Amino acid sequence: MQADNVETDWAALVSRVRDHQDKAAFAALFRHFAPRVKAFLMKSGADAALAEECAQDVMATLWQKAHLFDPSRASVATWVFTIARNRRIDALRKARRPEPEELPWGPEPEPDQAEVLEAQQDTERLGTALSQLPDKQRALIERAFYGDLSHSEIAAETGLPLGTIKSRIRLALERLRQQMT
Amino acid sequence: MAYSAGDLPEAFNLVVATHVSLCDECRARMASFDALGGAVLDMGDVAEMSDASLAACLDRIDGLSQATARSPLRGAGVFPAPLADYIGGGLEKVKWRPLGMGVKQAILPTGKDASARLLFIPGGQAVPDHGHRGLELTLVLQGAFRDEKARFGPGDIEIADEATEHTPVAEDGEVCICLAATDGPLRFNAIIPRLAQPFLRI
Repeated sequence: MQADNVETDWAALVSRVRDHQDKAAFAALFRHFAPRVKAFLMKSGADAALAEECAQDVMATLWQKAHLFDPSRASVATWVFTIARNRRIDALRKARRPEPEELPWGPEPEPDQAEVLEAQQDTERLGTALSQLPDKQRALIERAFYGDLSHSEIAAETGLPLGTIKSRIRLALERLRQQMT
Repeated sequence: MAYSAGDLPEAFNLVVATHVSLCDECRARMASFDALGGAVLDMGDVAEMSDASLAACLDRIDGLSQATARSPLRGAGVFPAPLADYIGGGLEKVKWRPLGMGVKQAILPTGKDASARLLFIPGGQAVPDHGHRGLELTLVLQGAFRDEKARFGPGDIEIADEATEHTPVAEDGEVCICLAATDGPLRFNAIIPRLAQPFLRI
């Protein structure tokens, strides 16, 4: 993990994009997230050129939808992940991805700072927990998110029985849950 | 988890999105899977972007307006928002086709790797005994049904696979409306429904 992960307040940069159309803040977000989105999409099967183009789309979406980002509910990394995932479904599958109904919270109050801090630190804590998983468990979790592969496809590709894959993923999730509480 | 990772066929995504709209516990689980996806992305490898990319992207956003408000999807009657969006409204917009014995269905337009349909089962009516060739998710939107093992009420999802052979019966009273998605055709155990199957697309 790079040092900037720990020190940069990505949520604050998104607020600057939102409130001041701050291009320097956008460039900082781009330098950190675009290469990760590109790598993520390449692992999902996109070639380098398509991945680069989609990574630009994802970052442009971040600019356009900065008002919709709620820092008390998700970290910037999580939000970027959801945009990238949806872009991937569009690009590689040409399918729609229905989204759940928004909860009717009414007018959003100013987010509580403690909640914001906690949500923003989640990614970091999860990342640490993830890196402490046994290699085999971590690899499967990553495959599930990168791979655009169902569990049975992973089974066919790795030669592992489906039951083993499911129980490994379950074990990995259980371990992560323990680390997060 | 597969919904969060974006690994599911569209028809299953629709069932999950509709269920999450009704179930706070699953909404919380979905958020935690999304957070895990965020961590995987953040921890993951970095693929160098070309020098021109940032400049190109800055140029692109120059003319882009920023959205200022959400345009939230709205539910309609018994249909939560994601489903209402597919149907273009509430129950009154559904184009039902009769399946016999008062049971009706409407097939929804989704990707080809799995199919989604709405089922309308009058109270007290049984859906013919059937097995499955694949995975089937059935979400109850109104009323309730029972099979040999359990009762499913509004918001509940029944998960059936190849090992499941059952005869769901709608409970007496209100019409039971369900959203079902499957990646394989249903297999009816009686000869008549089996003959009708290719025509009815179930």
